[in-house]
Amino acid sequence: MSSSPAIEVSDLVKRFRREMLVRDYGTWKSLLLRPFSRQRRRDLVTVLDGVSFGVNPGRTCAIIGQNGSGKSTLLKILAGIYKPDAGVVNVRGRVSSLIELGAGFHPEFSGRENVQLNATILGLSKKEIAERFDHIVAYSGLGEYIDAPVRTYSSGMYVRLGFSVAVNVDPDVLLVDEVLAVGDEAFAHKCEDKVNEFRRAGKTIVLVTHDLGAVEKYADEVIWLDGGCVAARGEPKPVIDAYRQKVAVQEDEIRRDQCVSAGELKQERWGDGDVVIEAVRVLDAAGQERAVFQHGEALTLEMDYRQTKPTEDLVFGVAISTAQGVLCYGSNTHIDRAELGQAPPRGTVRLAVERLDLVQGTYLLDVAAHDRDGRAYDYIKQIASFAVRSPVGDEGVFRPPHRWSLSPRGEA
Amino acid sequence: MLLTRHLGELWRYRALVAALAGRDLKGRYRGSVLGFLWTFLNPLLLLLVYALVFSVYFRVQMEHYAVFMFTGLLPWIFFSQGLMEGSGAIVDGGSLVTKVLFPQQVLPAVKVVSNFINFLLSLPILLVFMLADGLRPGLTILAFPAVALVHVVFTFACVLVLCVATVFMRDTRHILGNLITLWFFLTPVLYPLTQVPERWRWLVYLNPAAVFSLSYQDALFWGRWPRWDHLGLLALFSLVILAVGARIFEHYKEYFAEKI
Repeated sequence: MSSSPAIEVSDLVKRFRREMLVRDYGTWKSLLLRPFSRQRRRDLVTVLDGVSFGVNPGRTCAIIGQNGSGKSTLLKILAGIYKPDAGVVNVRGRVSSLIELGAGFHPEFSGRENVQLNATILGLSKKEIAERFDHIVAYSGLGEYIDAPVRTYSSGMYVRLGFSVAVNVDPDVLLVDEVLAVGDEAFAHKCEDKVNEFRRAGKTIVLVTHDLGAVEKYADEVIWLDGGCVAARGEPKPVIDAYRQKVAVQEDEIRRDQCVSAGELKQERWGDGDVVIEAVRVLDAAGQERAVFQHGEALTLEMDYRQTKPTEDLVFGVAISTAQGVLCYGSNTHIDRAELGQAPPRGTVRLAVERLDLVQGTYLLDVAAHDRDGRAYDYIKQIASFAVRSPVGDEGVFRPPHRWSLSPRGEA
Repeated sequence: MLLTRHLGELWRYRALVAALAGRDLKGRYRGSVLGFLWTFLNPLLLLLVYALVFSVYFRVQMEHYAVFMFTGLLPWIFFSQGLMEGSGAIVDGGSLVTKVLFPQQVLPAVKVVSNFINFLLSLPILLVFMLADGLRPGLTILAFPAVALVHVVFTFACVLVLCVATVFMRDTRHILGNLITLWFFLTPVLYPLTQVPERWRWLVYLNPAAVFSLSYQDALFWGRWPRWDHLGLLALFSLVILAVGARIFEHYKEYFAEKI
């Protein structure tokens, strides 16, 4: 195996004209009118801006990033479908791209005929097709359906057939775009096996996916694209964590915008108004307002209140429920026997939660000010919502701090 | 050289051209009851329609008119269909353009090839009609391959330019459709050259489609050798357009995937 990288990309720049992005097809009319229109001619959008990286032979490299970060464009450039506007791209060896499975399938043709056709499109010679044909058909697992017209196939069957052809091209470099996400469980396992087989065989794989679990499982290195630039590159774990962090922050901003409008919250409010809750804030450990928390983080709730009439036995309460309305936790200063002393006419009540041991999901917050008998001064249901994110896919509502262990019986 | 590279790539991918042309031909009538029979039935029915209109209603005064007209009509159908389908080859290529890598000139070539094969397959019908009408094809039928070869090169050259133009200006196809209708009536297909006033005949010879039409009629219908001088000039002209077309195609092909 040569020591030179299988894929070399340096200072890659790719721009699209904006009119392409808004699908303004050139017509004779627009062509004739363009000199008179105010739209500037070179209205370019930079999709990839100075991307550089190398992948050594036999390595599996995953490209992650949010939608529109340029992942697929990069993959298409590696496949040679797009030309870069600047920079150098070198891919050594035979490339097979799983960018589109079953490209050129004719719906009226049988699976068998389409295998022939598709394999020809992917660049197999007649001899190679003849050698691999049975294997391709067997691998697709379509059985007798191989002789049915492709238009009668389910989308899963379609993809299976396309996948069988594509992986049997025997490439040196395999480009995979999000295709592993389709198909049923058995197909997913097959894909997994195949990717592992390719890795053992020392093929270079470039993978574009949103499935961070798969990235952690397969990738030797990860490239995180953000806005057309390489935001981070290297070992999977740190890059993925950095990416998750960024996504969480953005999600937080979006969620907070939504919270301000409170459009989705079905807020209800009642009470005699002797005490008014004027503001509620959900804060993180640093005292910043947040709407998305990682599991296990600290959280603080703050309530600003004002008494319109002096009250003797003021109690503050909080309830957290799931988006489905299941109460997760509810308590108040009376139940908790909190020693707060006499409440001033205006003040702020804080509830500090040391660890947020909730599983991933969206949670709704109710707050209340009432007297000891439960008569409400001000009760607000669903005043705010926050989300909990977790890298673990456990279920339920509550995750107690825990750990698994195993020991043989009879010993301790 | 660019042209040789362009054509060389096409040659290396001839298996793909063949496979895709086969897909076009077989796919066209898949699912129909008569299937591939339509390849013969379509020109036959067309011939009957034209024969009805021109021999019964218009009463064209010309011996063996139906056969004469058919000799020009079949190559015209190849040419016009080839241009129409070929000009949309890249735009209609879909995922073959945007998702797979191979020399894109394969796609217009496929449209020319599949229509040409269709043309060849319709020739036996012409032959049957000739024989039924008491005509014996002469030795000049041997000129057919030469005429057809130039015709294919010319058609492919035009298609190379048109399919690029269609990518950037979708109007091209609609304009072309109308132009082809006009072109059809300007070309001596339904009428013999003798119907054109002597004064204007030189104009007819400036029309490449007319030269092809006349050549086919000469070789197959009149039983005389086609005008080799005209055909030779046209062959040169075709090569020039081919070189220009290849250059245009190669220049713009990198934008195809983005524009579709």
